[in-house]
Amino acid sequence: MNEESTSAAETERRPRWGAILAWAFVIGLLAVLGVGLVRSQQGPIGVGTQVPDFTLTTFDGREIAVRDLRGQVVVINFWASWCRPCEQEAAELEQAYRMYKDQGVVFLGVNYVDTETEARAYMQRFGITYPNGPDLGTRISQAFRIRGVPETYVVGPDGELVAVRIGPYESLAEISATVEDALEQ
Amino acid sequence: MRRTLFWTAPLFVLVAVAALWAWSPAGAQGPVGTPSDDDVNVIAKQLYCPVCENVPLDVCPTQACAQWRETIREKLAEGWTEDQIKQYFVDQYGARVLATPPPTGLNWLVYVLPPLAILAGAYILLRAYRGWRRSPTQAAAAPPSPAEDPYVARLEEELRRRES
Repeated sequence: MNEESTSAAETERRPRWGAILAWAFVIGLLAVLGVGLVRSQQGPIGVGTQVPDFTLTTFDGREIAVRDLRGQVVVINFWASWCRPCEQEAAELEQAYRMYKDQGVVFLGVNYVDTETEARAYMQRFGITYPNGPDLGTRISQAFRIRGVPETYVVGPDGELVAVRIGPYESLAEISATVEDALEQ
Repeated sequence: MRRTLFWTAPLFVLVAVAALWAWSPAGAQGPVGTPSDDDVNVIAKQLYCPVCENVPLDVCPTQACAQWRETIREKLAEGWTEDQIKQYFVDQYGARVLATPPPTGLNWLVYVLPPLAILAGAYILLRAYRGWRRSPTQAAAAPPSPAEDPYVARLEEELRRRES
């Protein structure tokens, strides 16, 4: 009887590795899910943060690395041909590009979840001449954590975001005001 | 003359048949007509557009998805295979467009967790079942003695008192 109770006590004192492993696995899984949930709930990157590093391959095959544009104001516009609100600002963005291209302002169009044929037709329709390219693998939009299109990010000469616009610009004056602010910084 | 005709007639027939074959669209080289909606949807149902989450491409009503389906049709007409078209979409828009994610990175959890959960559940059930089977046996092997049960003792004492 004494031996039995001793062995039972030993069994109780011995660590239950199966349970420990199971709990470690569950906690690890919950941590992974938690991190994923927090990331998915984060909004777009905000003013004051460094612009994510990316390289845009344009529709005509040029490669533009955003890190090579330091010292210039960069206007990054996310758009798609199927996006009706994007059409509201398309012509104005082109006008702004022509106004500022000789003042150290670079305009980049990032074509989000689109087909090349439709994207090219859209650019032709609105006479867009500034560099545009597809968001291959949606890597650029994921780096900016965009929620939709259009979204426009203005980067200052030091590589920090100085303005974020969710939705279309209403007028050329609005785009100009944002670019002027960025040039003054 | 009749002899010449006898030998040249089959030649004319052959040339005519060859000309007809070359002229007919079925005999033409290259794409074999426009792929049907069903052909497109076989591939489309395996893809999801990132804009319309949780809606398969074959039933997604947005313009973006309609454009994607048209791209599939174009690629099929050019003779691309199903795998090539799916890879094209992955290259363009990322692996998240696939209905069945590739088992890389954290995606492997999708493949490992369900079987693990089933195995763990089966193990727990087995242990519980063994426990249930053991309990009644133990109860039958060592029934509590009425003499040791204080309630029975009190009951018997009460009965004795009433009888006396």
